[in-house]
Amino acid sequence: MKAAVVVFPGSNCDRDLAVAFRAAGADVQMVWHKDTDLPNDVDIVGVPGGFSFGDYLRCGAIAANSPICKAVKAHADRGGYVFGVCNGFQVLAETGMLPGALLRNAGLKYICKTVGLRIETSQSAYTEGYNAGDVIDIPIAHHDGNYFSDEATLDALEGEDRVAFRYTDNPNGSQRDIAGILSGNRRVLGMMPHPERAADVGHGGTDGQALFRAVVGQLTSA
Amino acid sequence: MKATVHVMLKNGVLDPQGEAVRHALGALGFDGVNGVRQGKVIELDLADGTTEADVNAMCEKLLANTVIESYRVEMP
Repeated sequence: MKAAVVVFPGSNCDRDLAVAFRAAGADVQMVWHKDTDLPNDVDIVGVPGGFSFGDYLRCGAIAANSPICKAVKAHADRGGYVFGVCNGFQVLAETGMLPGALLRNAGLKYICKTVGLRIETSQSAYTEGYNAGDVIDIPIAHHDGNYFSDEATLDALEGEDRVAFRYTDNPNGSQRDIAGILSGNRRVLGMMPHPERAADVGHGGTDGQALFRAVVGQLTSA
Repeated sequence: MKATVHVMLKNGVLDPQGEAVRHALGALGFDGVNGVRQGKVIELDLADGTTEADVNAMCEKLLANTVIESYRVEMP
């Protein structure tokens, strides 16, 4: 099973994401933002956390218009899997691959701490290793993680069971406590918390491991 | 040729930075500031012949995120 992890100038969780995919059994290749194509036969693309292009203009806005993002979008349009974490979620929202936007945290502060996340659905390749209702501990580290969308879109996300994770104690003002959402075909996931930072005993927590194992396992058997 | 683009958060989108500025103004003794909205101004130096439609396209594609922001273009 092949994974690609995108690297933008300013990405800083790209290698963490690659390590987590590899630990789950994936063959991982890094791809540069100027690349116009993904490696052949890639099953999943990881869009990592960090501060792509210094968060200039808006978080993720410049990255969303980079050459590799055209290829990532084409991959998603073909039904490919895409997983965006933190800045990666911001990038996916900016490309329109996922609805909504991430605003400045309501408390204006950068927040770096471990938070409780409730699994809202186990009906996705990413979350099938959990049970809906489970609460897992995953770190967040962001200044702009305040999920915003119009009410109709929020209703649609809930109606289609596309809210993957909610904060148990909303840290950033996100509407309806949303921490992560799925695309309509459930193959694109964007989330602000960092499961790749809770994927090894050395991290102090392993609650994120099941996500990588589930999606890598699903795509390996497919 | 210059164009100026004003980008603001849409009404109804919480602007925590504007709120923080409003509180700071109150703390400085400026009473009666009922609201502050903070946006950005982008100045473009454009080749002659660039149309307002071109600048609108720039806004739609990059300069503004129309999920959360509105924009206004000023051209001579």
